Amino acid sequence: MASEAPALELRGITKKFGPVVANDGINFDLRPGEVHALLGENGAGKSTLMSILYGLYSPTEGEIRVNGELVEVESPSRAIELGIGMVHQHFMLVPVMTVTENIVLGEEPTRGALLDVREGARRVKELSDRYGLAVDPEAVIEQVSVGMQQRVEILKTLYRDARILILDEPTAVLTAQETKELFEVLGELKKDGVSIVFISHKLNEVLEISDRVTVLRRGKQIDTVPTEGATEQSLARLMVGRDVLLRVDKAQAKLGEPMLEVADLRVRDDRGLEAVKGVDLTVRGGEVVALAGVDGNGQLELVQAIAGVREPESGRIAVGGHDVSGAGVRGTNEAGLAHIPEDRHLYGLVLDFTLAENLALREYRSPPISNHGLLSPGNMNQRARVLLKEYDVRGGEPDTLASSLSGGNQQKVAVAREVASNPKLLIAHQPTRGLDVGAIEFVHGRLLRERDEGRGILLVSLEFEEVRALADRILVIYEGQIVGEFPPDASEEELGVAMTGGGRAAA
Amino acid sequence: MSATEEPEVRAATPASRLAAYVRGGGVIVPLLTVTLAFLAGGLVMLVTGKDPIATYEAIWKGTGLQWLFPWTTGADRVLAASNLQQTLIITTPLILTGLAVAFAFRAGLFNIGGNGQYIVGSIAAVWVGSSFADMPSFLHIVLAIIAACAAGAFWAGIAGFLKATTGAHEVISTIMLNWIAVWVGVWLFSLGGPLQNNAQKSIPVSEDVVEGAKLPVFWGDPVLQGLHIGLFIALFAVIVFWILLIRSTIGFEVRAVGFNPEAARYSGMNVGKNYILVMAVCGLFAGLAGAMDVLGWQFRIATNDIQIAYFGYIGIAVALLGRNTAVGTLAAALLFGALLSGTSQRNLDPTIFEPSLATNLTWIIQGLVILIVSADVLVLGMIARGRGLFRRRPRAAAPAAEGEP
Repeated sequence: MASEAPALELRGITKKFGPVVANDGINFDLRPGEVHALLGENGAGKSTLMSILYGLYSPTEGEIRVNGELVEVESPSRAIELGIGMVHQHFMLVPVMTVTENIVLGEEPTRGALLDVREGARRVKELSDRYGLAVDPEAVIEQVSVGMQQRVEILKTLYRDARILILDEPTAVLTAQETKELFEVLGELKKDGVSIVFISHKLNEVLEISDRVTVLRRGKQIDTVPTEGATEQSLARLMVGRDVLLRVDKAQAKLGEPMLEVADLRVRDDRGLEAVKGVDLTVRGGEVVALAGVDGNGQLELVQAIAGVREPESGRIAVGGHDVSGAGVRGTNEAGLAHIPEDRHLYGLVLDFTLAENLALREYRSPPISNHGLLSPGNMNQRARVLLKEYDVRGGEPDTLASSLSGGNQQKVAVAREVASNPKLLIAHQPTRGLDVGAIEFVHGRLLRERDEGRGILLVSLEFEEVRALADRILVIYEGQIVGEFPPDASEEELGVAMTGGGRAAA
Repeated sequence: MSATEEPEVRAATPASRLAAYVRGGGVIVPLLTVTLAFLAGGLVMLVTGKDPIATYEAIWKGTGLQWLFPWTTGADRVLAASNLQQTLIITTPLILTGLAVAFAFRAGLFNIGGNGQYIVGSIAAVWVGSSFADMPSFLHIVLAIIAACAAGAFWAGIAGFLKATTGAHEVISTIMLNWIAVWVGVWLFSLGGPLQNNAQKSIPVSEDVVEGAKLPVFWGDPVLQGLHIGLFIALFAVIVFWILLIRSTIGFEVRAVGFNPEAARYSGMNVGKNYILVMAVCGLFAGLAGAMDVLGWQFRIATNDIQIAYFGYIGIAVALLGRNTAVGTLAAALLFGALLSGTSQRNLDPTIFEPSLATNLTWIIQGLVILIVSADVLVLGMIARGRGLFRRRPRAAAPAAEGEP
């Protein structure tokens, strides 16, 4: 294998954006039929490197070779010509069109002047069968699952004869089951000699699927190692530059008073359908209760109802013993609830506000931040300075705009604001989504610290590892109902079965 | 946490886009916008066979702004003073209608209804100002102003209420309300209308504002339309605008809702209530503008005046050019006030440019400003090009990449 020319070779790639060096002399090669993982924290330079390879940026320095030949990739269409295909994290599909139409878009097979849909569908079917993609060429995109959409994106590149496939954080949007299916597909592609660049910051997946791993940190290539012999611990150290606490040690829970009591709660979603169908749950002080489930099973509506953002259909919610049904966000917050929402950009932060303003979003109406309706910028900044320090937010002063922080630091700001309100109950909805190892470690540590202070924590997460690492009890939600309660050492399989409705059928 | 702190991607609200624009372009882009508009205007003059330099010089003289320079003396100074009074009389309502658009914009709303709010404000002012002849002067003025503000606030509040309760888009509802205001006004003052002048039965005009309700003139001859104290009221409104928006908890909510209504809602703010409040404040500013004109120099409203009223619309250009900031709106209002008065038949030297055509020039420049401000990407793009000429730039469709500063 070593004698063969690499399918792809990047030599000394440097990319500068003004004074910022995003990539610093990076070497990367990809052997035929290999899965080579590119690992690094957010902002380490992974996406920049792949954007250069895909022709979205031109490198400041360095050269690219495909099958041993020196090439210049000046545009994505040139990249496609060279047999490079990219599956972006956010899919680029037309929702109202069929699978076939999406795949042939831009390269439609024609008969005379007419579109030959049948020929397109035939080729799509053929490719799908060959790699076990199980894609229905006639299905309309908006009606198929996320995992299926991703397979359509992969098909799009194969349809254009890609031999080098770049997958940008492909598992970020997938369920555990879909991830498993994706890995099977990647296995098929490998067998056929397709080379794959697998971008991720999930260590367990990298260990499972890749042959070699290249680790980037702060734009520099730290090392390239064979996956065999690597461990989560060793990769995490390369990635972050220090030892990382992957397993969180937690003390025995010291149960206190019930901080959240939900009884027979029913909530409708935006379409008017019942999304939460009679949920009962209790979170006591000093414990982390994790709500696990596949996305879209009513978690969002349940959390919104508890937080006072969404009016429930019926049922009772009490925070710290006070009935807050119908109290709205303010009433609920005053009763002692804090809420780290699932999407920090959409719900958690005002990105065009400064950090000081974001940190004041909960308390801007009371002294010392404001007096008689007039804000005190001095007090606002003073308080922000203290919080930014305490929560180790890097890269920002009180007057920095939230939008200029990295994702991890933005999340720290959201966490700081909520925890600083000294809540009885803290809801953390996917608190580590899209964060890198270092930031995850911080958020997890903070949540457990708050639990040990006697607060109740309701963790809503799609990640098995997170749930099992933090929870004292795991509740599984499926189709708007709690279908089972598990101890934190429940097996992934047990949970998986319950999350997909198996548990309820058995019960 | 890393050397290349990348900002993450997000969807942008209009207010958020504008904020990014202000940060990106600073004061340079509006100046560039104006320069481009003037250049294009000059080109139009050239094409139509006029001398642009002589025309702009005549317009400059027409604005009276040279009064500010000490070397303008003698008869020139007297004429300049009179012209500058005109300029500032027009600037006064433009500041206020500009604020009416700017405040909405900061909350993520587009208030096209400044004109209707201005009209209902002027109707209320003329009605109160022409009634209660025996009231003490100061109280009468205050009452007329309050009535105008309340009318404007109510009028705009309708659009806010519709948005908050039914989700009706404020652009549509404010445009509709503009026309309702126009035709209600025409009906009120047309022959036989409920508020038509009793003494002049054959003219479609309102009653005259009584002496006691007129705003005092502090510069120039009251009989020859000197400058009234409305200018100070408008300047005061600029300060109120700034304090309300930047320093008050109300403004904190307004800006939060403007940038990200979802995050505002999650923080416990009532987004719908905010929309109503914001629109009401906008209407208050625009209604005040109507009061300033009626109580300051018009003193009566003819149906004709209502149909050709346009200060509310210019407010849109003023706010856009002024970047919806307090100081920017003030400066842009002065620019448009000077343009309007400099090209007016009264102030422009007819031997250089036919005054009947001159006002068209103002419209052209105003149109160009709106066009260029709307095409913000164009101007910012030009600046960006200038910085990185001949350097390859990432495609517009490029996914958000790490490390981009």
